[in-house]
Amino acid sequence: MSVELVFYILAGFAVVSALLCITQRNALASALWLVSTMFSLAAIYVLLQAQFIAAIQVLVYAGAVMVLFVFVIMLLNVGRSPSDIRGLPVRIVALLVGAGLLAQLVLLGRVTAGGMALTRGVAAGAGSPMNAFPAGLAGAAAPADQGVVGAIAEPLFRTYLVPFEITSILLLAAAVGAVVLAKRKL
Amino acid sequence: MTLSLLAVQAAGDLSAPAGATRWVWLAVAIPFLGFLVNGTLALRRPQAKAMVSIVGAGVLVVAFAVAALIYAELRSHPPEAPVIVQLWRWIPSGSLDISFAFQVDQLSAVMLLVVTGVGSLIHLFSIGYMRADPGYARYFAYLNLFVVFMLVLVLGASLPVLFVGWEGVGLCSYLLIGFWFGDKANADAGKKAFLVNRIGDFGVLIAMFLLWYTMRSLDFATIAAKAPTDLVAGGGLVTAITLFLFLGCAGKSAQIPLYTWLPDAMAGPTPVSALIHAATMVTAGVYLVARTGVLFAMAPFSSAVVAGVGALTALFAASIGLRQYDIKKVLAYSTISQLGYMFLAVGTGAYVAGIFHLVTHAFFKALLFLGAGSVIHAMHHAYHATHSHADAQDMRNMGGLRRHLPWTFWLMLIATFAIAGVPGLSGFFSKDEILAAAFGRGETHPVWLLYWAMGMLAAFMTAFYMMRLMAMTFFGENRTGAAEREYLHDAPPIMTGPLVGLGVLTVVGGLINLPAFAGGHHALERWLEPVLAAAQSAMPLTMPHGTTEYLLIAAAVATSFLGLFLGWRATLARPIPTAAAAPPETGFARVLFRKYYVDEIYDALLVRPLVGISRVVLWKGMDQGLIDGLGANGSASLARGLGWIGSRLQSGQLGFYVVVFLVGAVWLLRAVVR
Amino acid sequence: MLLGPSLLLSAVLFTIGVVGVLLRRNAIVLFMCVELMLNAVNLTFVAFSQVLGLGGQVMVFFVMTVAAAEAAVGLAIILAIFRHTRSVDLKNINLLQG
Repeated sequence: MSVELVFYILAGFAVVSALLCITQRNALASALWLVSTMFSLAAIYVLLQAQFIAAIQVLVYAGAVMVLFVFVIMLLNVGRSPSDIRGLPVRIVALLVGAGLLAQLVLLGRVTAGGMALTRGVAAGAGSPMNAFPAGLAGAAAPADQGVVGAIAEPLFRTYLVPFEITSILLLAAAVGAVVLAKRKL
Repeated sequence: MTLSLLAVQAAGDLSAPAGATRWVWLAVAIPFLGFLVNGTLALRRPQAKAMVSIVGAGVLVVAFAVAALIYAELRSHPPEAPVIVQLWRWIPSGSLDISFAFQVDQLSAVMLLVVTGVGSLIHLFSIGYMRADPGYARYFAYLNLFVVFMLVLVLGASLPVLFVGWEGVGLCSYLLIGFWFGDKANADAGKKAFLVNRIGDFGVLIAMFLLWYTMRSLDFATIAAKAPTDLVAGGGLVTAITLFLFLGCAGKSAQIPLYTWLPDAMAGPTPVSALIHAATMVTAGVYLVARTGVLFAMAPFSSAVVAGVGALTALFAASIGLRQYDIKKVLAYSTISQLGYMFLAVGTGAYVAGIFHLVTHAFFKALLFLGAGSVIHAMHHAYHATHSHADAQDMRNMGGLRRHLPWTFWLMLIATFAIAGVPGLSGFFSKDEILAAAFGRGETHPVWLLYWAMGMLAAFMTAFYMMRLMAMTFFGENRTGAAEREYLHDAPPIMTGPLVGLGVLTVVGGLINLPAFAGGHHALERWLEPVLAAAQSAMPLTMPHGTTEYLLIAAAVATSFLGLFLGWRATLARPIPTAAAAPPETGFARVLFRKYYVDEIYDALLVRPLVGISRVVLWKGMDQGLIDGLGANGSASLARGLGWIGSRLQSGQLGFYVVVFLVGAVWLLRAVVR
Repeated sequence: MLLGPSLLLSAVLFTIGVVGVLLRRNAIVLFMCVELMLNAVNLTFVAFSQVLGLGGQVMVFFVMTVAAAEAAVGLAIILAIFRHTRSVDLKNINLLQG
């Protein structure tokens, strides 16, 4: 099976899951469909040679964040309630906005690797367009030396060290904040 | 006359041939002082009647003295050109530079003498007449103010200054007609006078604009000098100017179609009627035509209109006077009729005759009005004593008063003969001169023969109704009532004195301009020649001479005697019922009694539609609907509406905010996608 | 090679997320749709990292971290609001009105 075919199957899965996520009346069902979407995305990441990210997606996103969502849903016992989808006027607005946005994004996203190669001055047909991107090639080659995790770790702790440290402080603040906000009594 | 102009006009300087003319402003300032004093007294101490009398009448006497001095000065040193006395720079506005200046020449001297002289006599009369009135001080304040404005009018060296006086006398007329404003009818009469005059004033303004447009000057001297060169004789522009000026004159001097205010103006005190509505204010129109004679002489069409309207008004008003019963109303219509004669004169080009008749009319009409005032004074006194509510001014309630009011009777008889044109009295000479001039012009312009005929017919009617007035009032049986009779007595000397003075003037007034056939030298004509010669030369008069002249005189005398006789006989042929017992009028007599229903016609055609339009369209439609509704309230509602929309955006609903946010984001993305 | 289709998928998922935000009144579900949007963006980053280097994947790393922190705080807020108004329906949360 070719990569494209797999990709399209997974993409379809993702889209269907997303659609079901936003249309389910039951909040819990919405959460679970979102999990399904995330799984599909994780698989797509693997296809895109981002294996570490795929793993992190499953572990952190689907495994921690979504679990938290489910916890809160169960805690608040939201469950079955009269439909919380807005009325018709808003549906029309939503559809219009969605259509507009989709059109704009599609227009913006009309890039292909070949096109990008052209902008880099590499003529079409001179081998794989990927050859025009040394950084991408380096990224694809990196796991061969350091392993998948190491390939990410190196830029993370070298070039992007400061953002890393800031993010850790952010996490600390978020944790404290969440605790404070959720307490019954301070 | 040399058409050289302003003999002396240094910028801002008082200038004159030495002497009295320099003090002409005193003639205006002193009565103004009187107004201030009397006005203050009216507000603070209205009971100080003695002071008011002295100040009120005194300032007029002083003004007359100044006028006499100026006259003497002009007599001894007759100026070739008008003496301009500049008082101050009034409107310096670019090329429009109007000074507040007085012009002293022969014509304004004549008017000055008439206004202050007759005015003094009427002020003295008023001391007696208004003695019991609580508004005594206010009366004299207004009367003094009137004299101030009238003098500004006749002394003005330019149209704007004249116009100040013009408007001012209109104001004082309003104040004095509505003097007893507690009665709504009096206040309405004052309003009517003011509003009808306003229509005329519009005409004067338009004429001023046109003159400025043509000549860039509004001084009389400059206009007289530049008119022959700047304006085309007989052309549209000069005709328009003069017609608009005449519109103003028609309003101020009560000619057709703007005469309706004058009979109503009789609601004011009788001395006011005498001064304002007989001797002075209503003559302002005639004075204006004489002053701007050059323009009228250059516009034959306008002159014909002026003469025609004058003749028609003379006839029309005289016919109404035939059937009026209120003594003052008869005199009012008589005034309108005589003013018509004056306009017939100036329209024919006989400016001197017009001014002559103005002067003589001031004498005998003032005498008639004051005499009527004396009669009314006596009748009021009688009815007041018996607590009767009968009309003191209705002639049907009078009768046989010559036994009770002898002085008044004899003096009014003299005035009646004068107005009828009995030979020897002043009215005869002036009226005769007018009719002769009209006839003379009829040889070249046939329509003037029609005017002459109208004038003759009006003369007959004048004699008729005046004698009718005298007969009803002073002859026959007394109809006032047995109880009232003992209270009827003649006026006190303070009132009869001025009557005598006016009587003397009425008798000798003809000497002012005695014509050749009576052995005179046309003194007034020669006196006024420097002022009127320019106009006279543009519109020369052909006066009849010899046989024609004598025939005309004979015809006029015959008409007047016939009118007097028939008036006497017709009135006393049958017993006259009292006002209360009188049967209603029938037939054509009723039309005359109701003044040809002109007031009713004006009301239906003009007043009501105007008021209706004002109320519905302008008030409800535009003012309330458009301006209030759209403008004031509309903008408030708009602001409130916008605010409401704005507040709806602040719903507090997070979901709504998110929606707006996203819609905005999608919209902004367009910029990138392009 | 998969760049174009990935971007298209990302666009579609993002739009679905937006529509979900517009459509739902439940605060928690709204939040989940926001997460969906974030995922779509992550996909874009990963797709581009193929041609532009590992920086893209590092970016995804950070995005996920921050998304997790944000989810925690956000849900804590929703809990606190729930304690006040006993509902997570957005139409009841309008204290900002005016």
